Amino acid sequence: MTAIGLAPVFAAVVRRDLTLALRRRSDVLTTLFFFVIVVSLFPLGVGTQSNILRSIAPGVVWVAALLASMLALVRLFASDFDDGTLEQLTLSPQPLVLLVAGKVLAHWLVSGLPLVLIAPLLGLQFDLPAAALRTMTVALLLGTPCLSLIGAVGAALTLGVRGAGGLLALLVLPLYIPVLIFGAGAVSAALDGMSVNGQLSVLGALLLIALALAPWAAATALRIALE
Amino acid sequence: MSLNLWRYASPQTFYRFAGTLAPWFLGLAAALTAAGLYIGFFVAPTDFQQGQAYRIIFIHVPAAWMSMFIYVVMAFWCAVGLALNTRLSFMMALALAPTGAMFTFVALWTGALWGKPTWGTWWVWDARLTSELILLFLYIGFLSLHAAIDDVRRADRAAALLALVGAVNVPIIYFSVQWWSTLHQGASVSLTRAPSMAATMLVGMLLMSLAAWMYAIGVSFLRLRSIVLERESGADWVRELLRAPA
Repeated sequence: MTAIGLAPVFAAVVRRDLTLALRRRSDVLTTLFFFVIVVSLFPLGVGTQSNILRSIAPGVVWVAALLASMLALVRLFASDFDDGTLEQLTLSPQPLVLLVAGKVLAHWLVSGLPLVLIAPLLGLQFDLPAAALRTMTVALLLGTPCLSLIGAVGAALTLGVRGAGGLLALLVLPLYIPVLIFGAGAVSAALDGMSVNGQLSVLGALLLIALALAPWAAATALRIALE
Repeated sequence: MSLNLWRYASPQTFYRFAGTLAPWFLGLAAALTAAGLYIGFFVAPTDFQQGQAYRIIFIHVPAAWMSMFIYVVMAFWCAVGLALNTRLSFMMALALAPTGAMFTFVALWTGALWGKPTWGTWWVWDARLTSELILLFLYIGFLSLHAAIDDVRRADRAAALLALVGAVNVPIIYFSVQWWSTLHQGASVSLTRAPSMAATMLVGMLLMSLAAWMYAIGVSFLRLRSIVLERESGADWVRELLRAPA
């Protein structure tokens, strides 16, 4: 067997997961519409005064993004676990950390990125000004990969466990809180016309920390699950 | 010294050891609680600003300290277990978790009771309160993940990894006071400068903290003994132990 470089393997994992997602488009759309529906429920529940909507919009969009990203997590490793692909991946000579990172990237591209792209449209429904919309998009762009990375650890830990869905929420949502605080904080600051550099920098820092630690933790969790 | 500390990594040895020590720790906890509460309620002066309401700190502060400290200890044993594959470490972590969750809950509860007369509200979304709440979620997550996995070995290791991931949260709790501007008052006890409270208050609080330590150790030892018996139920020494009259 010829040794394959790390970059081609990473690309192959991403390509494979993207192809699979493309073949099962409904899964992707479910997450996206879940996000849209949750956000749309709030004006119906809270009322339609535009000043209230504007002030709750950052939190509503972020909480909905958290829930949608969590909903999608169940699928991250489950089908590979069921058909044995995951075991093959752990047996491969390439580091599992890299393969997990590839899977997480593919997962973010199909479940996180669509949320980022549709969020400005939902922001318009909440009467957000252009500056806040821009900040929200940037914040989501920095924050949603964080959610996928942290969530991957939870998804790996609950693999094949009784009641995995509810348990996953219990494990992952508390860890999402810093992202929520700074993500929604950035949008609120933009609404108040204040500088958002601080919050965006912290989000970037959180992303870097998650990028450094989460794939490693998720790979360890996968090994524990497959023992 | 030819004392072999590794001997205590054996569940059988530690079972006896914990059984001998647990009553002592619990007895000390009772004595220290009595002394601490006496000083706290009858000797310590009334606070000039907060009146009698401040006295809840004799419960609240030790509970808050223990809630965070037990998590660190738990994460430490989880790390040891993952690194060295020692069964007893995982059992220790599992024995500590309910006590830690209890202290977290007590810290939140007494904090709310103190907040009502002092801040005028049961709850504020302040960084330290929020972090403490997250800590409670982490404890509950640890216990639920462990309970959800039937295979004990996998449950131990998965929960241990979760505890380590959550341990990232403990420094956030600690530094949150500096990070976010908050309503919560800064730490009153500091090692580097003179504490800003009366000496008797400090003595009462330290006694209560020691009591909380003793209680946590004693109760975890008792819980550890049950876990050891449960897991080693197939072992000869457990069978002999259960057959012999207590």
